[in-house]
Amino acid sequence: MPLPLFSTTEDPGPDFAGLMRRLRVPMRSTMAGGPAGPTGAGAVGNEFRHGTTVVALRFGDGIVMAGDRRATEGHVIAHRAMEKVFPADRYSAVAIAGAAGPAVEMVRLFQTQLEHYEKVEGVVLSLEGKANQLGQMVREHLPMAMQGLAVVPLFAGYDLARGTGRIFTYDVTGGHYEETEHNATGSGGRDARTTIKLGYRVGMARDDAVELAIESLYEAADEDSATGGPDLIRGIYPLVATVTADGYATVAEDEVADRFAALIERRRTEGRQP
Amino acid sequence: MTMPYYVAPEQVMKDRAEYAQKGIARGRSLIATVYDMGIAIVAENPSRSLHKISEIYDRIAFAGVGKYNEYDQLRVSGIRHADTKGYAYSREDVDARSLANLYAQYLGQVFTHEMKPLEVEILVAELGSGPRPHQLYHIAYEGTITDEDRYAVLGGETEAIAQRLEEQWSGDWGLPEALQAAVGSLSGPDHALGGSDLEVAVLAHGNGRRAFRRLMDVELETLLG
Repeated sequence: MPLPLFSTTEDPGPDFAGLMRRLRVPMRSTMAGGPAGPTGAGAVGNEFRHGTTVVALRFGDGIVMAGDRRATEGHVIAHRAMEKVFPADRYSAVAIAGAAGPAVEMVRLFQTQLEHYEKVEGVVLSLEGKANQLGQMVREHLPMAMQGLAVVPLFAGYDLARGTGRIFTYDVTGGHYEETEHNATGSGGRDARTTIKLGYRVGMARDDAVELAIESLYEAADEDSATGGPDLIRGIYPLVATVTADGYATVAEDEVADRFAALIERRRTEGRQP
Repeated sequence: MTMPYYVAPEQVMKDRAEYAQKGIARGRSLIATVYDMGIAIVAENPSRSLHKISEIYDRIAFAGVGKYNEYDQLRVSGIRHADTKGYAYSREDVDARSLANLYAQYLGQVFTHEMKPLEVEILVAELGSGPRPHQLYHIAYEGTITDEDRYAVLGGETEAIAQRLEEQWSGDWGLPEALQAAVGSLSGPDHALGGSDLEVAVLAHGNGRRAFRRLMDVELETLLG
């Protein structure tokens, strides 16, 4: 690898994806774009991995983001401990649902992009700027989405300038929309959203928000076959993270395990099914 | 028709070296030293926004003296190299040695083939981990690369500064002692430096994945005592 030097008129600036194109390094998220093949969901069959339910909600000091751990290939469970919630940088998080391969690659490119911008420019992108960047990546991925490899991320972070948590949702065309309170995406997203909607309070405390996120994933796993619930035998639990003015933090696995145990116990004693 | 004069290659190299040295000596100096928790880099730089020291990658920092636009271009290309390498392979495959070699080759090439050599001296520092020691690669304007394991001094008056630092140097000092000694050495007898004249950053264990951190304002004043 030589030292990447450019003449001033051809300099890609702080854009990492632009730099990769200039250096002709292949990137997964821009691989498609050739002659369009068969379109529509399932056009490439079900032989690739799929990630499922992720949720995000705002609370008083920031945001909570959570995702189950299951990946499926058609009707088969492909992976039981997949991670779908990632730190995008110190003050933001990104969660993914959809085709696992391109989704994980997109997150990696996004993380590198944000850090690259920060180092080259010496300042951090605004939260809005980060959300826009991710939108562009999703848009570039549209040809692959049309062939059945859709990636739908969820982006949330703490806006240092405004002093509040913010959530952005996306569609396959790269359109992004700011959510005022909460949202969920993926195959179990609908069930998770309903649960959050019923328990949500504006300005709720961190512990209540974490509890609600966990409960929403529990309900989603109960209704949706592609969403994994708490795996008590293997000790695999959904991944929960918070972003506040102190930055990104993963909720300890012990805390998540305890909350699930308490949730199940509560249901049992109250005589509710499940 | 004018005939070009013959100039001996020795003379050409000597002139270029003198030109570059003059440019570098006009600028202000910089010290990097190892301390008990990592590497501290201290530069005399009154500007808050035009940095001499910056982050390249998780455990790698860059520092330059001389002409700002020239070392800044090198800094950006270093970030680009490291980020592309980390993206194409893995984060742990990015190391200071290969980057320092690239810089050395580039500076050497410009020195011999271009009209004007680059008027810069740069430093690539890597925080050690486990059995790997800390590394300081000092690269001169003509591409000479030296590998230091204690401290490095870049810029003008390096001999006097290095001598002052050598007298106080101790391998296992803490951050306040290291910074105070570095500032003392940069200052000299007739040239006092305060917190506002300095740009200070560390590569330290305990900062998480990205070991680079700038020390500013109150924190810096407290450390300088």
